[in-house]
Amino acid sequence: MGLNIVVLAKQVPDTRNVGKDAMKADGTINRAALPAIFNPEDLNALEQALRLKEQHPGSTVGMLTMGPPRAGEIIRQGLYRGADTGWLLTDRLFAGADTLATSYALATAIKKIGKVDVVIGGRQAIDGDTAQVGPQVAQKLGLNQVTYAEEILKIENGVATIRRHIDGGVETVEAPLPVVITVNGSAAPCRPCNARLVMKYKYATCPMERTGDEPWKALYDERPYLTLNQWSVADVDGDPEQCGLSGSPTKVKTVQNIVFQAKESKTLTSSDEDIDGMIKELLDEKIIG
Amino acid sequence: MNNVFVYCEIEGTTVAEVSQELLTKGRKLASELGVELHAVVAGDGIKGKVEDQILPYGVDKLFVFDGKGLFPYTSAPHTDILVNLFKEEKPQICLMGATVIGRDLGPRVSSSLTSGLTADCTQLEIGDYDDVKTGKHYENLLYQIRPAFGGNIVATIVNPDHRPQMATVRSGVMQKALYEGQARGEVVTPDVDKYVDAASYVVKVLDRQVEQAKHNLKGASIVVAGGYGVGSKEGFDMLFQLAKELHGEVGASRAAVDAGWVDHDRQVGQTGVTVHPKVYIACGISGQIQHIAGMQDAGIIISINNDPDAPINKIADYVIVGTVEETVSKLIKYYKQNSK
Repeated sequence: MGLNIVVLAKQVPDTRNVGKDAMKADGTINRAALPAIFNPEDLNALEQALRLKEQHPGSTVGMLTMGPPRAGEIIRQGLYRGADTGWLLTDRLFAGADTLATSYALATAIKKIGKVDVVIGGRQAIDGDTAQVGPQVAQKLGLNQVTYAEEILKIENGVATIRRHIDGGVETVEAPLPVVITVNGSAAPCRPCNARLVMKYKYATCPMERTGDEPWKALYDERPYLTLNQWSVADVDGDPEQCGLSGSPTKVKTVQNIVFQAKESKTLTSSDEDIDGMIKELLDEKIIG
Repeated sequence: MNNVFVYCEIEGTTVAEVSQELLTKGRKLASELGVELHAVVAGDGIKGKVEDQILPYGVDKLFVFDGKGLFPYTSAPHTDILVNLFKEEKPQICLMGATVIGRDLGPRVSSSLTSGLTADCTQLEIGDYDDVKTGKHYENLLYQIRPAFGGNIVATIVNPDHRPQMATVRSGVMQKALYEGQARGEVVTPDVDKYVDAASYVVKVLDRQVEQAKHNLKGASIVVAGGYGVGSKEGFDMLFQLAKELHGEVGASRAAVDAGWVDHDRQVGQTGVTVHPKVYIACGISGQIQHIAGMQDAGIIISINNDPDAPINKIADYVIVGTVEETVSKLIKYYKQNSK
């Protein structure tokens, strides 16, 4: 029996490769200087979803993401690897959301999608590192959750068996469907894009991504699968009060660029005299034994 | 009402060290606010075994939930306990460890109560807040301070209108200390069935393997840490050698861990381990805030870097401008020579 699987994925700035120009003089983030990437652990989650699809014929995998129109790229990246469909939640009302307001938006969209057996996403996103959205979506949908998953071992008779990371070890748990799963970075890496699927979907876009003068725009009438689903707050019957900034209990009081208290330091070279001298000094002062 | 709560995590009948660190911090916050420190612990067969590990940190009231199905931890029963207890007790602050359990439980509880939660805080303080939009003034909020955006900035987060104000903190970030003042130390054992829905025990733990940590990075007095500048997995071999000579442990930056050169459990920084060694030797680590948050309290910091302008050099006591390979091999050589 096929499974309906929704993958939660986020487009994030690549905070792992932050250059010197990433921060503006006023301490805010220069987003333009950072490349937007597919959140790494969401790729691990996508791989688990695609494996389930292969093991359970008749399954569908849909990509759900929230962000500005350019986040349509996340859906395309999913389609290139074997996902069947996707939804982009985009609306100014979603902007400024903390994890709780984000979870509300995602959970509301999942309700709109309908019957879902597995909701799966990365453990956390690299721009916030909070790991909160998965469990909060589960709570809002009233579903079971299994976080830090490393592998979905099987799904049988409506029960998922999952190996997960815990502090200092691993455990295997059984959870009835429907279930929300978050996947740890130690899980299997995601498969590469499939060339045939890239050809098929490379012009797939959400309406808001289009300028209207694409040379291939005639294709959008001929091939309906090139138009990706784009949903606003109203499209998912969301309550604007619970979205974005107004739906966020946490507020950012201040943001600071860290300035470290510069210490008086000794600058040495890697010459024998310098290293020998430093070691002697540390030994003399009993700093090292 | 309005007290400070700490969720105490257990393994069997042993209370996690991070929970004791948070009890110590929670005690300070409660005293500053003039309220009580309460603790909650849930497990199976823990009554009479965990109290002595919790009360000495200055707890005024401890809630012990003891029942079948509460250990090993699963999300729903522990969520039920906290949500229903908090509905009765209405705490103003709730702290828990930023462990696998805390990061599974915290968001579920916060979502149930529609309260704000800040993950992986590095500092917690009490202070006032003015909302510029509404013009409202708030007194004595919990400042939840954490590096954000991959550790490139530090943000102070507040939850003005929702209670409890929830925060998770990683192991080793706060220091534990027994409380020297007087606390009430009351213990209550509520009826678990009144708090946990029978349908919540649906997720079953089939098998569980927990090993003792292979190393003691958190408690090491000397840490030799490598970053992206180490260049390779083989490059780390020399760091292990130096650490062995100095009777220290090897740590790593996130970049080195992401590159697969060293195990994840050796990561030092906001999303890894926080260390307080006597000596910290940073080899080829540029010093993102994310990393520095986990080692800035080290006694002596030695930075080895090609780049004389590496950010970490600003907080270093010794800056060695040179390659990691050459410098570390000389450190080993001259340590051997001079320590005899």
